[in-house]
Amino acid sequence: MQRMMNSVGNKMETKGLNLYYKNFQALFNVSLPVREHRVTALIGPSGCGKSTFLRTLNRMNDVIEGTRIEGEVLLDGNNIYAPGVDPVALRKKVGMVFQRPNPFPMSIFDNIAYGPRIHGIKNKETLAEIVEKSLQAAALWDEVKDRLHKSALGLSGGQQQRLVLARVLAVEPEVILMDEPASALDPISTAKLEDLIHQLKNNYTIVIVTHNMQQAARISDYTGFFLNGEMIEYDYTNNIFTAPRDKRTEDYITGRFG
Amino acid sequence: MVRESFQEQLNNLRNDILLMGKLVETAIETAVTALKRQDLDLAEKVVMDDEKIDRLELDIERRCLSLLALQQPMARDLRFIGTALKINTDLERMGDYASNIAKVVLSLGEEPLIKPLVDLPRMAELAQKMVRENLAAYVNQDRDMALKAAMHDHDINILYHQVFNELLAFMTRDAANIKQATYLLFIARYLERIGDHATNLSEWIVYMITGERLELNES
Repeated sequence: MQRMMNSVGNKMETKGLNLYYKNFQALFNVSLPVREHRVTALIGPSGCGKSTFLRTLNRMNDVIEGTRIEGEVLLDGNNIYAPGVDPVALRKKVGMVFQRPNPFPMSIFDNIAYGPRIHGIKNKETLAEIVEKSLQAAALWDEVKDRLHKSALGLSGGQQQRLVLARVLAVEPEVILMDEPASALDPISTAKLEDLIHQLKNNYTIVIVTHNMQQAARISDYTGFFLNGEMIEYDYTNNIFTAPRDKRTEDYITGRFG
Repeated sequence: MVRESFQEQLNNLRNDILLMGKLVETAIETAVTALKRQDLDLAEKVVMDDEKIDRLELDIERRCLSLLALQQPMARDLRFIGTALKINTDLERMGDYASNIAKVVLSLGEEPLIKPLVDLPRMAELAQKMVRENLAAYVNQDRDMALKAAMHDHDINILYHQVFNELLAFMTRDAANIKQATYLLFIARYLERIGDHATNLSEWIVYMITGERLELNES
C-alpha cells in the first residue's frame, strides 16, 4: 500500500493553504496532494470549505472580491499564485464542471468550439475534429452527431452535463475539477457520468466535490474529508470508507454527524 | 442522534448475534454433558436445538444483506455488519459441530466407555470459554479480550493431539476398541474445529473494533 502511495506522482498539491473572505477565514492550513491520473474526491458537510478549496485549484476564487490566500497551490511543482501566472492560461490547464450544466445558448457545435476558437483555432476542419473528439470522449457523440447545429439547450440535463464536460475537454486540460457534477442528474445520467469519470482518469487528473458519499466511494481513488474549513483526513478511498482513523470522519460518513 | 431506526436495527442485530453465541455455547456444554453422562435424551435435545441456531443464522444473514442494500453502511457500521455476516456463519458451524458431537453420543449409546473422559471435557470447557470471551469482547468492543479468547485455541490443539495419541494407543492395543475410539476421536476432532471457528470469531471481532485483519489461527 505504502509503495503504491508513493509511486503515483502529484499533479497538484496544496501546502498550508489558508483562505480568507475579508475577515472570514474559510480554509485552515489545508495540505492535500492531487495524484496524477487518479480521482480525488472531497467530501464534507455543507459549508465545510470543500467547494472553496476546489476553486482555489484554478483560481476561480480570484473573481470574488476580498479573497486572500496564504500558502501554496502547486501545479506540476509550480505555484499557481506566483506573480506573472495568467489565470486564463491556468484555467485552460485546469478545467471545471459545475453543479448545474451551463451550456451556452448556441449550437452544440459552437459550445464545444467556443474554447478552441478563443485560443485562436480558426480552421474549420480542425474545429470539427476537436468537436467530434471531445464529444466522443464525453460519451455524447452518438447521441448528438446528427444535430450538432441544433441548440444545446434542447439536450436533457444529463446530456447537457456531458456537453459541458466535452467543452472542457475541447481545450485539452490536464486537470478537471468537478463541483457536484451529478447532483442535478437522474440515476441513469449519474451512472453514465460516473463511468465517464472512470474512463477519463486514464488521460486526466480529476478532483470532484460531492455530497453523495456512495458516489465518492464508487468513483474515487483518494478521498479528503473536510470539516469547518479544515481537512480532517485524507487517505485511500477504501480506507476512508471502511476504517477511517478520525472519529469526526467516522461520524460523518456513518451519518451520525451533529 | 440521527439514523435512529438504523441504529435500532443494528442493536437488534447485535442482540441476536449474542443470542446465537449463547445458544452455541450451551450446545457445546450440553453435548459434552450428554457424553459424560451418556444421556441420550440430552443428546437428542442438542440435535433438536440446532435447528433453532440454523433458523437464527438465516434470519441474521437476511437482515445483514438488507441492511447492506438499504442503508449503505460505511466505516464502523460496515465493519459491524460485515462481522455479523462472518461470525454468524462461524457460529452456525460451531453449532453444527456440537450437534455432530451429540449424534456421536447417540451412536455410542449406553456401551461402557473404554476410558474415563478427561481431556475431551477440558477441550469443551476451553471452547466454551472462547465463545464466552469472544461474546464479551464483541459487546464491550474489547480488542484485548478477543485476543485473549483466541489464545485458548493453542491449548485445545495440544489437548487434541494428546487425545489423538491416547486413542491411537487404545486401538493398537485391542482391535475391539477401534469403533469406540474412532467415535471419541470424531468428538475430539469436532471440538478442535470448534476452536478454529472460535478463533475466526476473535479475528472478526478485532476487525470490527479496529479495522485490522489479523491471522490468529495456528497454521
